[in-house]
Amino acid sequence: MKSKFVLVVLMALLTLSIPARAQLVIEITSGADQLLPVAVVPFGYTGSTPLPEDVAGIVQSDLLRSGVFQAIPRENMLSLPTSAKDVFYRDWRLLKADYVLVGNVDANANGTYRITYELVNVLTQKRVGNKEALDVKPSNFRDAAHFISDKIYEQLTGIRGAFSTRILYVTAEGNKAAPTFKLQVADADGYRPQVVVSSQEPILSPSWSADGRYIAYVMFRNRRPNIFIQELATGKQQQLAQFRGLNGAPAWSPDGKKLALVLSKDNNPEIYTLDIATKKLERMTNHYSIDTEPSWEPDGNGIIFTSDRGGNPQIYRLDVKSKSVERVTFEGELNTRARLTPDGRYLVTVQKNDGNYHIALQDMKTGRVQVLTQTYLDESPSIAPNGSMVMYATTENSKGILAVVSVDGLVKYKLPSADGDVREPAWSPYFK
Amino acid sequence: MSVSKLGKFAVVGLSAAWLAGCSTTATESDNSAVAEEGAATETTESADDMAASDDATYAAGEDGAVSSVIVEDEEAMAAQMQDVDPLAGVSTVFYFDFDKSIVRPAAREALAKHADFLINNPDARIVLEGHADERGTREYNMALGERRAKAVMRYLTIQGVAASQIETVSFGEEVPVAFGHDDASWQLNRRVEVRYE
Repeated sequence: MKSKFVLVVLMALLTLSIPARAQLVIEITSGADQLLPVAVVPFGYTGSTPLPEDVAGIVQSDLLRSGVFQAIPRENMLSLPTSAKDVFYRDWRLLKADYVLVGNVDANANGTYRITYELVNVLTQKRVGNKEALDVKPSNFRDAAHFISDKIYEQLTGIRGAFSTRILYVTAEGNKAAPTFKLQVADADGYRPQVVVSSQEPILSPSWSADGRYIAYVMFRNRRPNIFIQELATGKQQQLAQFRGLNGAPAWSPDGKKLALVLSKDNNPEIYTLDIATKKLERMTNHYSIDTEPSWEPDGNGIIFTSDRGGNPQIYRLDVKSKSVERVTFEGELNTRARLTPDGRYLVTVQKNDGNYHIALQDMKTGRVQVLTQTYLDESPSIAPNGSMVMYATTENSKGILAVVSVDGLVKYKLPSADGDVREPAWSPYFK
Repeated sequence: MSVSKLGKFAVVGLSAAWLAGCSTTATESDNSAVAEEGAATETTESADDMAASDDATYAAGEDGAVSSVIVEDEEAMAAQMQDVDPLAGVSTVFYFDFDKSIVRPAAREALAKHADFLINNPDARIVLEGHADERGTREYNMALGERRAKAVMRYLTIQGVAASQIETVSFGEEVPVAFGHDDASWQLNRRVEVRYE
C-alpha cells in the first residue's frame, strides 16, 4: 500500500516536470490469434544528420494497432534490405514472415527527404504494387509513415486504412475541483496533440464535419452550455446555439449543411436540426421524455438518438422526412449514445448490464448484440472511418483514458495519458 | 463577495485534522452554510466544502482508500454572513436518487425558505444548477441534470415563486464535487445547487 502511494507521487512529479512529453502511448493488451506476419525492415539512410522520425517504426506500430498484423521483431531480422531486389527470401521464410516492407530515405538538395518503399510477398517472391516514392519535409515524416501504413493496409486487406486520420478528445487537467478543460486534436495514434480550445469551464461532445475541416462542440460560458463550430485550420470560431436550457450533442449531417443538436428551449430535451448557412431551426422530435445524443445515418435519411420514452433509455431511429420514430435497441438495461458504422451495418452503443457500462455492437441486419468491452464505465464510442475500430472513453485507476476495440471485439488497446482525465474521443472522417 | 476569495484551499491527509474539521459540519444544514453570494462566483470551492463534509457523514470509516481530500476554511466567512443574510444556514444543495429527479422530502424545509425569500424579494433571481453522477453517457446526463433542476423549479413555483425568477441549467456529470467511483461520491454528485444571481 505504502509503495503504491510513493509511486503515484513520483508519477505526478514526472508529469509536472515534463508536460511537453505527455503524449498518448499505445499498449496492446490482447490480440487475435490469426495475425498476418509482416516484417517492417528499418528504412535505409546514409545521411549524416539524424532523421526526425523512424518511419519504419511508425509503420510497424500502425500495423500492429490495426489488429490485422503481427510484426517480426527487428532484433530477429537476419538481413536489413532497403529495396526489393536486395531481399533474400530465405531469411524471411525462416522468420515466417508473409510480407516484407523495405524502404529507403535520401536527403534531397532542398531540405526535403525522398522516402521510397516496396512491399514484397515472401511466398510469391514478388512485389505487391509498385515501388513508391514520397518527397516530404522533416515535419511531415509521421504523415508519410501513416500514408505508407494506409497503403499497405489497403493492399493486404482490401479495406482503406485509417492511420492518417485524427482524433478529437477532451482533457481535464489540474486540480480536480477546478480543472482546465482542453479540446485537443491529435493523430489517430495519439501523437502530435494540439490544443484547439482551452477553458476553465466544461467542454464536451466534439464532433467532426464530414470533410474533416470543421468541428462542433459544447463549451460552457458563464456557467451555461453553448454550441460552437470551428474551422480547424484557421481556428475561426462561431457560436451557433445559446438558447435557454440545454444546447448539446451537436452532430454534423453527412452533407455538411446541418447540425443535429439537442435543445430544451421548448421545455424538455428535443432533437432539432440547424441549417448552418441559414440558421433555420427545425424541431425533429416531440415527446415529453428525454431525447438526446443524435447521430446521422451515413445516407442522411435518418437520425438515431437516445430516448427514455419507453421507460429507460434506448436507441430510436428518426426518419428525417416523415419524423416518424421507431425503436432500435431492445437488449440490455439501457442503451445510449449510438453510432453507426460507415456502411450502416452495425450500431455501437453504451449498454448497461448488471450495473456495468460497456460498449456493445448490434448487427442491424440480424439484430445480434455483442458486448465488446470489459473495462470500467465505458462511454463515448466513436468509430474509425473504415469501420474497423471503435475508440471510447473508460476509467482506469480513477483516471479517464481512451481505449480502442476492434468491431469484432478481438483487438484492444489503451491510449493512456499523463495529462489528467482524457474523455470524449471523436474519430475524424477521411480527409480526402 | 470578495470574502470568498479569502477562502483558502488546504490539502490534508486522511488525518485527525481532517476529521476534526468535518465534525463541525456534521449535519446537512450546517454543511450548506456555504454562502449564496460567495457561491455565485466560487461555487466549485463551496462544493468542495460540501464534498469533504459529506464524506464524513456518508463515507467516514471506510477502508481509508481516500488518501486526501480538499477542505476549505469557510467557517469564518459563514459566520460573518449570518448577520446580513436571511438565508444563511439554509441548504443550497439538494440530492437525488440514482437516475431519479424526485425532490426528496428532506429538501422541503430548506426549499420552502428559498421560496419565501424569492416571494418576498421579487427582484431576486436564482439559477438551479443540476448535476448527475459519472455513470452513463455525458449528454444523457446533461438531460438528467436538467430534469433534476426542473423538478426543484417545479417545487418552488408550486410554493408561489414566479417562474421568471428561476433559470435551470445542467452541468451533467462535468462538474463533480466528489471524485471517488463509489456510491458515496456518486450520491454527492447527484444534486441541484441553488445559485443566487
